[in-house]
Parts: sequence; C-alpha cells; structure tokens
Amino acid sequence: MITPIGFTVEENFAAVMSGHSALRRYEGLWGMPFPFVGSLLPDDELEKAFAEKTDDGRLPVRECTRFEKVTLLAAVEAVRHSGIDPQSPRVIFILSSTKGNVVLLENGEPDLERVTPAHTAQMVADYFHNPNLPLTVSNACISGLCAQIEAYRCLVSGHYDVAVVIGSDVLSPFIVAGFQSLKALSDEPCRPFSANRKGLNLGEASAAVVYANGDGEGWRMLGGVVRNDANHISGPSRTGEGSFRALQVAMAESKLKANDLACLNVHGTATLYNDEMESIAIGRAGLAEVPVNALKGYYGHTLGAAGILETLLTMRALDDGQVPATRGFDTLGVSVPLSVSSENRVVSKKAFVKLLSGFGGCNAAAAFTNDSCR
Amino acid sequence: MMRYHVLHTVKLCPSFLEVDGRRVAEAGGETSFLTDLYRRLGLDYPKFFKMDILSKVGFLASEFLLEQEGSERFVPRDDRAVLLYNRYSSMHADQVFQETIAHPEDFFPKPSVFVYTLPNIVTGEIAIRNKYHGESNFILLPEYSEQAINQAIECAFLALGTTSLLTGWLEALSENDYNASLSLLNTNQ
Repeated sequence: MITPIGFTVEENFAAVMSGHSALRRYEGLWGMPFPFVGSLLPDDELEKAFAEKTDDGRLPVRECTRFEKVTLLAAVEAVRHSGIDPQSPRVIFILSSTKGNVVLLENGEPDLERVTPAHTAQMVADYFHNPNLPLTVSNACISGLCAQIEAYRCLVSGHYDVAVVIGSDVLSPFIVAGFQSLKALSDEPCRPFSANRKGLNLGEASAAVVYANGDGEGWRMLGGVVRNDANHISGPSRTGEGSFRALQVAMAESKLKANDLACLNVHGTATLYNDEMESIAIGRAGLAEVPVNALKGYYGHTLGAAGILETLLTMRALDDGQVPATRGFDTLGVSVPLSVSSENRVVSKKAFVKLLSGFGGCNAAAAFTNDSCR
Repeated sequence: MMRYHVLHTVKLCPSFLEVDGRRVAEAGGETSFLTDLYRRLGLDYPKFFKMDILSKVGFLASEFLLEQEGSERFVPRDDRAVLLYNRYSSMHADQVFQETIAHPEDFFPKPSVFVYTLPNIVTGEIAIRNKYHGESNFILLPEYSEQAINQAIECAFLALGTTSLLTGWLEALSENDYNASLSLLNTNQ
C-alpha cells in the first residue's frame, strides 16, 4: 500500500485511525491555472523506496515513470508478503487503472504503447517472470473493486490458483483539469455525506492484494457484482439504480444479512450527487441501519487504486474491531438517514460490503468476511 | 465449465461491415462511413454525434448486432452484461483532451471531451441505449488474445444473474483506424 501517508498497510492504518489526512492545497503546481486540494505521493520517498525494493536488473526500461514505479512497488510488497511464487503459470496479475501513463501524452511524440495501462501490467508480469497475459480492468472509478471481482472469478473458474491485484493511478494536469472542467472538485478538504459538501479531491495511491484459492484463515470475498444505471454516462442515477441492484445481488450472493455487517465502506466522494445517490441506493437495499463510512477525507479519490486501498483499510480496521471515522463529515446532508460518524467506531462483527460507482454508469458491490464460520 | 453459444456476430472496420459473416455494407461514399451506417439504421439518436470515436464504433456495431436478435428491445434487464476489450483504452479521446490543455495561453479543458477519456464509457452508452442494468466492464490486454478473451467470457458468465453477454474486441484509434468484432452470447439453458 503506497500512499502519501504511508508505504505499508500498518503505516496507513495508524495514520487513518489517528485522523491524519494526506490532503493539502496545491497552488501553481504543474503551471495549473487554478489551485486544487489533493494528495500527492512524495517524490523523494518514492524514489528511495523504489531504489531499495526493486531490482533494476529486471526492469525493461532505464527510467520508469511515477505510475510504473508506484505500481511495481505495490506489487513487489504484496508478492513478498504473501510468499507466493509469482512465476507460476497458476498465477495471474490483474491491474486496475483509469489513466495509467496518460501524462506521457504531454511529450511531443509519445510512445502510445507505453501510455496504455495494459503496457504497465505487462511490465509488472515480466518483472516477476510470470508467463500469463495480465488483465487490466479499466472501468472508471469502480476499477479497483471490479478487478478484485475479476480475480475472484479467475479463481472460481479454476483457471488460476492465485491472483495478484494491483490498483494504481497518479495525478497529472490531464486528470485534474478534467475533473475541474466537470466542476467536481472542492477547493477545500472534502466532506463526505455532509450538508455543506462541495465536491471531491483527487489523490494518488497504489495498493495491491493477493487472492488465493483455499479454505485458509483470513479475509474472503463472498461475492461481488457490477450493475449499470443505464441512465447517464457522467451523472449518477437519481434512484441509485445501479448501486441498489449491485448491493442487492452482492448481499444475496454472500448470504449475509444487514445484521451481519460491521459496516458499508462506500464511495463517498463528497460530490452532491454521488453521496445522495448512495444514500438512496443503501436505503432501497434495506441497509440504512448499517454503519456507513467513506475514506476520501484521508486520501481523496484515488481512482483506480480506490477500490483496493479502501477494501484493505477496512479489513485492517475491522481486524482491530473498528470502523474508521468518515473524516470531514459533520451534519448529515443526504435524504436517507444513514449512520455516518466523524469518530472511529468500535464493532465486533467481521463482515462488510464495499460499494463504488463510476462514470459510464457502472456500480460495483462486493461482500467480504473474516468469520471462519461462514 | 460454463457452456454458451453464439447468437450473432458483427465485424466493423473502416472499409466494411459484416453481420453474421455476411458483408452488408462497404465504405465508399463521400461522407464518413460511420455516419452512413448511422443513417442506414434510420435512427433518431442525436447523442450519437456527441460520442467519441470509440463510442461511435461500439454503438453502431452493437446496434447492427442487436437488430439481428429480432426480439423486443429496450425492455429493462439485468441478465445481459456488456464486456469489451482492447489494447489502447480511450487513446483517441485522450489525445483530443490533451490538446485542450497543452497550451497555457489556450487552456480550455472541455468536459464533453473529458467524459470520453475512459474506455468503459462506450459500455455505458450501450447500456443506456438498451436499458441494460447488468454488468458492464472494459478490460485492456497487452495484445489480442483469444485465450485471454475466452477466459474473461467464462468469468463474466460466473456472475450471479448474467445469462447473456454482448462482448468483443473494440479498438478505435482514429476515424480511419478502428476495428470492432462483437458477439452476442447466451448461456445454454
């Protein structure tokens, strides 16, 4: 887990539980004509970690881009911690990214092949001498959860025993100007589900998780699904259609009841429309009583990394019997009375649902448990 | 292993359109081939003209594919997923958007261009047109691979509630360089 507030899960977990946020205000960065609030990875620490933890003899290029560095770093850490053999033909690498190396388009004659995230995915697979063609899920803001659902199915299908899933995105004028043009950015730290929320912040991160077949201890995905709003390519459905349907199917597939859930870790970007839509979807799915939290107040919206970063932090916090506070939340400002809190909450349940939604009308929900009885 | 069968196929490139292996249109007119095909469908769907090239190609290919099905369309359904693949993501829209922010003296990022800088927007366009509430996803591959695509199809059919799939390779790098090869698949009952 490589973020502006920590390069390990433990560092990130500790930072989040103590209320530390990576969000800050950037003025004049990259010559951008407007200031913005976001969270950027520290270059010097990134360089240092990359030099220490990767073997440049195994890299195909002399100078990796920031995107390639954070992606490789997260993959190296995840592979090392899990102890898997990444060279095995039973292992597949899956990348989640929305914009990959898009910053390279700033060059006069960009290497288009290297711009596409599929190229970075291949670079990671090659680094580990893995023989399989890597997949890259590029499904807007739900990519990180969608990639984990794809991993789950790769294992259930019997094609693979292990899936290494990495979610990464870094910021550039392209992404910041784009979200600014949509008037989606807040000029202050975001306030998910609050009455006075003004929009989202963008953030950089890379996070990786390893899924394996088996009955071992630890966290398991019980089911996950994608549903589409079939309504608008860039605006959420007013009825929460896709998120509602995704929640309904994920709950049915997991056989969990609302009562079993420690929390719903939702998207909570802090745009007016997203948070309102999520509240409607959660209400329609009969889950309004379940504690809801969102982590964008610590990291901003980390795009292709969000689904993995937020899932892993929720797992780590629940291992500790806690649901992290929704940083930035004050007065509830959505039409369905959700249980959102600005404080860390103590819980004993060991299951949660992760929810995300994105452009293209896509929505993903997946259920996870660490209860060996299920 | 999940068994499925192919209902219909479409292949669209700058020189021709094939439906179920039959050549049904060839380029050659004065106007753009894609606009010709839009007119040929007799559609009144002005949103088409706002789409980027990836969405236009994917939208038209899906229309010719679904036209073949003959059953009632535009009835909301959850059981049909839209799953597309390519190598270069939304490269053309990315390049167009980059141009709008490349010059500080002419910095004018357009939201109508930015929204198309994601490959999965075309899956959303197809879902909106057809009222598909099922799964939608876009997977990038470093190269075309029958094996990887067949595995992705099998995985897509593992989803709870998915019995039908609109799927295929969809690459569109410019008005003169695109390739859609889409299929409509159903699970065997």
